[in-house]
Amino acid sequence: MNAPLAIGVIAGAVLSGTSLLYATLGETITERSGIVNLGLEGILLIGASVGFASAASSASAYLGVAAAALAGGAANLLFGWLVVSRKANQLASGLAMMFFGIGASALVGGPFVGAVITGLPKWRPSFLAGLRWVKSTTLFNYDILIWLAVPVALLVWWALFRTRWGLGVRAVGESAAAAFASGRNPAMIQYQALFAGGVLGGLAGAHLSLSLTLTWAEGMTAGRGFIAIALVIFSKWHPLRAIAGALVFGGAEALQLQLQARGADVSPFLLDMIPYVLTLLVLLAWGGARRLAAPAGLGRTFYGSE
Amino acid sequence: MPGDRTTAGRRLPPAARAAARYGLITVIVLVVFGAILLAAGKNPLKAYADTFVYALANAYGFSELLVRLTPILLTAVAVAIPARLGLINVGGEGQLYMGAWLATAGALALPHLPAWVLLPVVTLLGFSGGALWAAIPGILRARKLVNETIATLLLNYVAPLIVSFFIFGPWRSPESSAYPQSPAFSDAARLPSFFNTRIHAGLLIAFAALALYWFLMEKTRWGLQMRAIGGNQEASQRLGIPVATWIVVALAIGGGIAGLAGMGEVSGIHGRLRQGLSPGYGFTGFLISWIAGGRPLGILLMAFLFAVITSAGDILQITQGLPYSVINILLALLLFVVLARRPAQRGAR
Repeated sequence: MNAPLAIGVIAGAVLSGTSLLYATLGETITERSGIVNLGLEGILLIGASVGFASAASSASAYLGVAAAALAGGAANLLFGWLVVSRKANQLASGLAMMFFGIGASALVGGPFVGAVITGLPKWRPSFLAGLRWVKSTTLFNYDILIWLAVPVALLVWWALFRTRWGLGVRAVGESAAAAFASGRNPAMIQYQALFAGGVLGGLAGAHLSLSLTLTWAEGMTAGRGFIAIALVIFSKWHPLRAIAGALVFGGAEALQLQLQARGADVSPFLLDMIPYVLTLLVLLAWGGARRLAAPAGLGRTFYGSE
Repeated sequence: MPGDRTTAGRRLPPAARAAARYGLITVIVLVVFGAILLAAGKNPLKAYADTFVYALANAYGFSELLVRLTPILLTAVAVAIPARLGLINVGGEGQLYMGAWLATAGALALPHLPAWVLLPVVTLLGFSGGALWAAIPGILRARKLVNETIATLLLNYVAPLIVSFFIFGPWRSPESSAYPQSPAFSDAARLPSFFNTRIHAGLLIAFAALALYWFLMEKTRWGLQMRAIGGNQEASQRLGIPVATWIVVALAIGGGIAGLAGMGEVSGIHGRLRQGLSPGYGFTGFLISWIAGGRPLGILLMAFLFAVITSAGDILQITQGLPYSVINILLALLLFVVLARRPAQRGAR
């Protein structure tokens, strides 16, 4: 691998890994509370479309980010109503959310197809901008969501493993009945975890449309939600390992784009398969470890409090 | 849509109550979707009226409804068979594409065979394409390596890329450079169509698949074994039912039936392989099967309802300028209402 290609891949890994990281962190929180949200793909689409539409109509990308975060959180509360309050099957409800996201994002984004927006502003700290090997590349020229990605991962780790709230989330995820018996309110905790996860999912979508592509197109998330769900397993439900996972998958996507841009003699359709095949292979390799690391109550419906 | 009637032996609710329940669900969904359309600045009453006039009260519209019914009936059965084992097959979309792909390979490789040989071959290949594609998640699940839900979902993204690779590459038709597609099939590889419409023999295959599904599940030992696995895997294993084999076989048969849907699209409708064969038929089939609870009559009725809904998608696009995908909101609302009414079973994953 020559130097420009390597730098292109690394820079691209950060760019496309960011949205994967937010999505993975969001799903990590909800799964730690015992809820699998297969609708993450729909949440990303809602975040991307709401973010883009808000940015296009208000001319402020930051407003777009805020709107996307709120929309993602709200969508996950709807999912919560199904799986927590109505005790519906989580996998089917997640898929229903995916359809809802596909439809709702098409409705919201429809009028803004082809709209031009100014994306999230990017900047490079001056002490890095001075370095000679950085100057001519896109390295370290990042928007706020990229700069905040790793700090947010640390924040999620701290919240889950170093606060009372996180202890409650993990307790409910391991055994809602035991958490209930020790005086916690599993439904309330799951709603909170879902809202936090939805906000992060919304940010993930917003980064796609407001920084990566600067457009809205139907289905533009292209399965990133499902890749993020696989990344949660890959990172063994741990926010800090998710950083590495997101970089690896962001790198796979970047490599594919770099090869295409450089006119590699491989069909673009075969290159496009890389992320999905890689995801399957990762699940395959980590499949055995899965059961040990997963929250014990993952996917179970809690009936006890009635 | 009284799907409950088919479950003989269980407590039968009065038909009127079932009809009222389904009627209520329909009304709730139509009102909420209408409110969303209204919020988007569209006229929901006109949208519903247009759908009725163009899709139901009109011979051409009705024939197109049956054209659409064909693939979604097949993809619904494709979901219902593995569902008997408690498996969630969300890969109908990918299986459909792979069925279309392998059927095309046969049709292009053997253009000179007479129809009575070629059509069965193409049909069998369509089935095999979907079956082999679904066997991948089947094997991964049977060996307890990867959950079949996520594996089938991921493969949905790969299959259309394989199709694109072939129609942009080895199979690219020389006569159409602007629009990438495979060369046209020979007439012998085309499924017969009826009454001067686009309704093709795939519809009969779809009905046959549904009937066979009913027969297998209700009248044979195999159906009983599959239901036993769905009820309690551990116990079935101890009773000597080959659970791992059944997991692969059920997903493969399901995938094969979705593959037939893809075969029907290329051989019955387009006469060649092209991109965008399916506007989400695989997912629609999943919803149909889920809402019908896998009951054959319920599948038939829900598939018809969904054919109307997806036609409504086209009509909304044409008369109201809304993206076709907006129809997914309607599908999601329907699923929300059904899910919210029918809680998950205790201990079920």
